[in-house]
Amino acid sequence: MKRSNAPIFWSLFGAGGVLSALLAPVLVYITGVAVPTGAGMPPDALAYSRVLAFAQSLHGKAFLFAVIALFLWHAAHRIYHCLHDFGVHPGTATKVVLYGTAFAGSAAAAWLLLAIGL
Amino acid sequence: MSPRNPYVRPMDGWWRRNPYYVRYMLMEATSVIVAIYALILLVGLWRLSQGQMQYDAWLAALRQPPAIGLHVLMLLAMIYHAYTWWKVLPKTLPLLHVGGKPVPGLLLSAAGWTATLAVSVVVYAAVRWCGI
Repeated sequence: MKRSNAPIFWSLFGAGGVLSALLAPVLVYITGVAVPTGAGMPPDALAYSRVLAFAQSLHGKAFLFAVIALFLWHAAHRIYHCLHDFGVHPGTATKVVLYGTAFAGSAAAAWLLLAIGL
Repeated sequence: MSPRNPYVRPMDGWWRRNPYYVRYMLMEATSVIVAIYALILLVGLWRLSQGQMQYDAWLAALRQPPAIGLHVLMLLAMIYHAYTWWKVLPKTLPLLHVGGKPVPGLLLSAAGWTATLAVSVVVYAAVRWCGI
């Protein structure tokens, strides 16, 4: 019997769901509201030297890769199944586009983190 | 062509007919925001890899009023995402038992909401006072 690939996508969806439920609100607040407006955050909180040092550290790389990749896989899986509710039935084409985008985004994040170096 | 013309119930806008389904669709729609935010971070990472001038331009773009407005809306969506993710958690997990008794679903959800609050406080404090 051919094994289903659903558990892989579901695991990535679930992991991304947990990570985004824990982190997305505070991350959006920090990068999108607090730092740009200066409300409750020093203006240099996300200064180039600081963020570069973070992206050069191994724990920083792991954090950034996990957030970007798992957020994308979570979204791709949920959008894929939600399209069905709008009458777009699940098929290979939508799967390739959505999971392909998540894969490309993950690969891009990994490549950039490698390019940034240690 | 068959002369029969069976009735097919139209499904257009089915989810707008019931507030429960509207909330379901709102929950599902938060995934689009999760993706958009991941792409914003990915662009930031790309700009970071290019150098200080490019990275500072990314920060400056985030300071534009439309960007701030967008992020305020995205923040609300992400709060709703976190709320609903933990709310439906008991329905996605196998029934847990402690000491022979089933763990009430609300307890699991409450643990999730507490975890989100705790992580938020820790991350905020780390960025604010410890410089990530």
